[in-house]
Amino acid sequence: MSKRIGMEVAIAAAEAAALCRFDVAAVYPITPQSHVAEHLSDIVADGRIDAEFITVESEHSALSSAIGAAGTGARVVTATSSQGLMYMHEVLPIASAMRLPIVMIIANRAVSGPLNIWNDHTDIMHERDTGWISLFAQNGQEVVDMTIQAFKIGEHRDVMLPVNVNMDGFQLTHMVEPILMPEQEEVDKFLPAYKPYAMVHPDTPVSMGTLAMPEFYAEALKAKDMAMAASRKIIAQVWKDWEKQFGRKYEPIEAHRAEDAEVLMLTMGSMGETAEIAINELRKHGVKAGLLKLKLWRPFPFEELKKLTKNAKVLVVTDRAVSFGGPGGPVCGEVKAALYDEPNRPKIVNYLIGLGGRDLTISDFVDMMKRAAEATKKMPAEAYEYYGVRE
Amino acid sequence: MKALVENFDIFAPRLVDKEEYFCAGHRACQGCGEALAIRQMCKALGKDTVIANATGCMEVISTLYPTTAWKLPWIHVAFPNAAAVGSGVEAGLTALRRKGKIADRYVKTVAIGGDGGTADIGLQALSGAMERGHDMLYVCFDNEAYMNTGIQRSSATPFGASTTTAPAGKASFGNKTWKKNLPEIMVGHNLAYVATACHSYPLDFIEKVKKARKIKGPTYIHCFSVCPTGWRAKSEECIKLGRLAVETGVFPLYEVEKGKYRMTIDPPEKLRPVEDYLKPQGRFRHLTPDQIKIIQDRVILEYKKLQNKIKCSKSWDELAK
Amino acid sequence: MADKKGPETWKEMNPGCMVFRPGSSREYHTGSWRAQKPVWQNEKCIKCGICYIFCPEGCIKEDEEGYFVADLNYCKGCGICAHECWPGAIKMVEED
Repeated sequence: MSKRIGMEVAIAAAEAAALCRFDVAAVYPITPQSHVAEHLSDIVADGRIDAEFITVESEHSALSSAIGAAGTGARVVTATSSQGLMYMHEVLPIASAMRLPIVMIIANRAVSGPLNIWNDHTDIMHERDTGWISLFAQNGQEVVDMTIQAFKIGEHRDVMLPVNVNMDGFQLTHMVEPILMPEQEEVDKFLPAYKPYAMVHPDTPVSMGTLAMPEFYAEALKAKDMAMAASRKIIAQVWKDWEKQFGRKYEPIEAHRAEDAEVLMLTMGSMGETAEIAINELRKHGVKAGLLKLKLWRPFPFEELKKLTKNAKVLVVTDRAVSFGGPGGPVCGEVKAALYDEPNRPKIVNYLIGLGGRDLTISDFVDMMKRAAEATKKMPAEAYEYYGVRE
Repeated sequence: MKALVENFDIFAPRLVDKEEYFCAGHRACQGCGEALAIRQMCKALGKDTVIANATGCMEVISTLYPTTAWKLPWIHVAFPNAAAVGSGVEAGLTALRRKGKIADRYVKTVAIGGDGGTADIGLQALSGAMERGHDMLYVCFDNEAYMNTGIQRSSATPFGASTTTAPAGKASFGNKTWKKNLPEIMVGHNLAYVATACHSYPLDFIEKVKKARKIKGPTYIHCFSVCPTGWRAKSEECIKLGRLAVETGVFPLYEVEKGKYRMTIDPPEKLRPVEDYLKPQGRFRHLTPDQIKIIQDRVILEYKKLQNKIKCSKSWDELAK
Repeated sequence: MADKKGPETWKEMNPGCMVFRPGSSREYHTGSWRAQKPVWQNEKCIKCGICYIFCPEGCIKEDEEGYFVADLNYCKGCGICAHECWPGAIKMVEED
């Protein structure tokens, strides 16, 4: 039986990775990090699991050595954040192209400049198209659960893709939360030993990371994209297995009072919990409000979104990143693409919120919901708004 | 004729491993010194080896999907990170062997890259990997410019060489900087073994690779690799140019074992003039006698610095006594 | 994990473009690049193996009598063997 404990979420993420009995961890401690790196090294140093910890000299080398280790057939975990993720960027699409199921725990934070170390989703948005499966957690429990699920999803033969688990920097990473920490036997039962597709070893000589000329490159990309598409089914199956064993339900989009909602809000990450309270407040006052919490960023749950928004009049999409000169926030761009062909699609209002750690209260979410109906009258003149920015 | 066989047991080539681990059909240019050096290195390493390759000539010419020239297990990720990938391979093999997930036998991790991938963009990853003490041999195949992308200068390009980004012209004599001394930087990492080598001295190179392979820890070999295409030289003169680099003192062959410097190929008592080495190469053709003199003086100075280290250095074992 | 020569459909591609056939570059014959080919005069050959150790293609092999011969499927005609053969047993001759 899982034990309920109070634990800092970053440390809990490292504990969850250890429950998955990783073979190698390669993490760079700064630029800026969470406590994941140091706690992973604690776990290895204390001999709690039998693994190698590589104290790499950069984030670029963190993922590079993770790829090297995964190439040998090791189960590998790494973690990063913000500038570190940006520095790693070159290697992300290579990890997925090489079809190595590395798990990366990301403490989402703003990107320089100006220099800012607080939370938003700018870092991961730059990595959207690198071919990684992207999960978004809204609380510590989800961070733990998703870290364990990530290995099972990524390692499935129909998938073989790296997975990143996103948790909001500070707002999650540095919070002590009550967490039901699964027991080792439970995780062993859920997550079988990793059977790699290939191993760089003299007994199984393989060339990994070859050059594809134009006549092969497009086929290689389609194969990777189809693996991403195939992962939808596997993710659903893994989440079903999880619910069966641990009783906690996961869906690509978690809906809260959305069924009859006229005004819907969509959030990603920890702000979903604050937004939920705001929705309940609005409901008390008779507003038909509802909430959608996006848990799966890649592959994007197009069908689920269509289903959940078909009765709404207004959809308020919150974004914690900016796409300069683009259609608004990156999440909103995706949502609009998903709903374009729908005959009864809601009006969409896009607020850019919580940038660089800007706090939002419950009343801010209430305010956004109230103003949304008004905003739709003006559209599309103003496609998106920096919420709370001083004019 | 004498110079050709000097320091070289002429029948010794018959003693090397006959297995080809780096196979024909690779797309390297005619007379490629680097491909030859890789072939020789693999013979010294043998089967129980994993290669981590930086992006560069050797990567693109050897593994055009769906084929590979490699018989050794091989992994390539990107340009700047061969040493980091090697670190991961080494850690992976160590963990999996300890946990009984792979055969319980020693497998050597070898990371390789060109001079750009080693001395420039890959220097940080290399320094990190060597400093951390991974059980890994790193071999830099130095052809003194970014040959794969069209002969751009790197920090390993010699003074006076004309490259596409440091071209000789009316107002320029080509590359204005002196070659970075990477082996010395590696010595500064306290490695148990650092060596320079060249494909023109295959037995010396093979010996050094074998020596490095045996050491359980980080080691480094800097292999001077002639690039007839980039140096604008005749392909058949590939071996000769390597030999001239050694005989002129431009690229001395030595090793540093636990801090002790030793010349492994004795150059002629009196170094040949650098002109003998520069002349057959198009990249130096524009140099004036004055400029050649500057190079000559510097080569002699560097050579004396090396001789001084050979004279003065003691091995750590000796010093610990 | 059987590989095919390609071109393959995307479904037939090996995951990650991995190649499981060590040494399969031999399917590609670089011999067509050649303008000149090496010809051995065995009467001058001392069977030292210099040509073998200096061949960038690794395409020079020893025959049953201990003489050396280049596999012309791969020989690119660089001329290193002829240049390095100190007894002068190898000549580069124009391809027909």
